[in-house]
Amino acid sequence: MGWFKRLKEGIQTATRNKKEAPEGLWYKCKECKETSTMKELRENFFKCPHCGHHVRIGSHDYFDLIFDGDQYEELFTDLRSKDILGFKDLKPYPERLQEAMKKSGLTDAIAVARGKVNKKNLVIAAMDFNFIGGSMGSVVGQKIAMAIDYCLDTRSPLLIISKTGGARMMESAFSLMQMAKTSAKLTQLAKARIPYFSLLTDPTTGGVTASFAMLGDINFSEPAALIGFAGPRVIKETIKKDLPEGFQTSEFLLEHGFLDFITDRKDLRETLSDLLNLYDL
Amino acid sequence: MVFLEFEKPLEKLYEQLDKIKQVGEEGIVDVTEMMRELETKIRNTRKDIYSNLTGWQKVQLSRHPERPYTLYYISQMCKKFIELHGDRCVKDDKAIVGGLASFEGQTVVIIGHQKGINTKMRQYRNFGMANPEGYRKALRLMKLAERFNFPVITLIDTPGAYPGLEAEERGQAEAIARNLFEMAQLRVPIVCVVIGEGASGGAIGIGLGDRVYMLENTWYSVISPESCSSILWHSWDYKEQAAEALKLTADHMFEFGLIDGIIKEPVGGAHAAPEEMAKLLKKQIKKALTELQEMEPDERIEARINKYANMGVYDTEPSDVPKKEK
Ligand SMILES: [Zn+2]
Repeated sequence: MGWFKRLKEGIQTATRNKKEAPEGLWYKCKECKETSTMKELRENFFKCPHCGHHVRIGSHDYFDLIFDGDQYEELFTDLRSKDILGFKDLKPYPERLQEAMKKSGLTDAIAVARGKVNKKNLVIAAMDFNFIGGSMGSVVGQKIAMAIDYCLDTRSPLLIISKTGGARMMESAFSLMQMAKTSAKLTQLAKARIPYFSLLTDPTTGGVTASFAMLGDINFSEPAALIGFAGPRVIKETIKKDLPEGFQTSEFLLEHGFLDFITDRKDLRETLSDLLNLYDL
Repeated sequence: MVFLEFEKPLEKLYEQLDKIKQVGEEGIVDVTEMMRELETKIRNTRKDIYSNLTGWQKVQLSRHPERPYTLYYISQMCKKFIELHGDRCVKDDKAIVGGLASFEGQTVVIIGHQKGINTKMRQYRNFGMANPEGYRKALRLMKLAERFNFPVITLIDTPGAYPGLEAEERGQAEAIARNLFEMAQLRVPIVCVVIGEGASGGAIGIGLGDRVYMLENTWYSVISPESCSSILWHSWDYKEQAAEALKLTADHMFEFGLIDGIIKEPVGGAHAAPEEMAKLLKKQIKKALTELQEMEPDERIEARINKYANMGVYDTEPSDVPKKEK
């Protein structure tokens, strides 16, 4: 299998693609507290080699993991968030944007790319949690809308990888309307009978869960991801009770009927390949 | 009468008016002239206060305990209303009501968030915070409307979808997402009006339509000013600033092109003259339905989707990716 080789190449190539992976030579797992080398982690699909914990990774890591031969073309890279409201809390929004760009090396909380999976076309829109908490503003909504138009033009299936705290407050109602916008655009894909796969990863909450993330023809997830509408803290404060063990995890959602299945990250590429074959695309 | 903090000057004038009335009733002094003056003063003070409302003051008004709610508007606007209950899966959500109604000579499906009119009823209505069943009931009624070619009217007034344990178990997010998806393609006209609070996913879950209006003293935002204050200012004390920063008033929303119009409220707010408010609301809905019913379903759906597709503001820049800092 080409897996090992591809990942090794990944290490040697640009570090730009490894933005969300922990930096340095060592990785200490936040679940089991064991340490491993970054090399071991990468070769293990960014899962802790000791306990299998799925480490949060970025859009380009997913592109590398999924597309044939690490090859893909990123689309719509020229979109930038704009401070239309003149929003200022403790910091002005433009300052937050600049900081997020510098810190992450990204331009916003989502990246779209086209490539192939076992020679089949696929468009992936993947969110980046380390850009203002993976929050959805106008750019996230617009890139998804453009990805959908691209899929309609080329009859490519779409995969959206969600990883987000929800809406971007600094864009207020513009952010809210992205829920309507992305959902409305997805109906066009459905009408054209082009499949949309939704992968929900840790974490997926708020307005993203309540729009495109839950609207896949197939909704699936990585193990032990936090997935919900309201955040656990808010729920706890509302009901004034402790939340049960495993509440709002992927496994919980699967049990309650909101996911089709859970896939280990090492099987992600194979799973997508199988789906594309079964859809006969 | 309930006076809000910023209406205190009015409260004083009303107190004076009461006293003068009492004196007048004793019949010793003629107070007609004094009363007339005071009434003029009240009118002018009210006009002053209401012509300069801040975002936060409008938020307070939208939550005024005497403000009319969905069932009141239905009773005023519709000749006949048969409430339809239940999502056919789990239960009947009391925070969202809906049913068949006769509106200006035609049958419509009308749906809205419902808040309680007193302490007991507020609990019963869960303060207008719906569970997934509420959104699924709404969808069931919209599909019913579609089957029989009845237009859909939704009235929005919620502090948010309920953030509870069972709500998560039963898929709050999925229910809202499903409504957005289905409403985008619904073959009958949809007119939505924010009549009070338009908080986030809970509001838009019944709020995707061909025409979306806001009453003058309402708000629409991705988050309530209180929660926004708590998250971004790390304190509950900045709700006024948050309300300003979020630009959540009807004026802002219209200016941004995110809603299709503003429905004026009587001076003093909807609760000051509920019947008049209901008339104004009805007039606007009627006008919108007349326009929308002239369109073919496919044409309407296309326009609806395009409207939402155009929502969003961003810059385009050369596609260089910024360098990551050490
Ligand atoms: Zn571990």
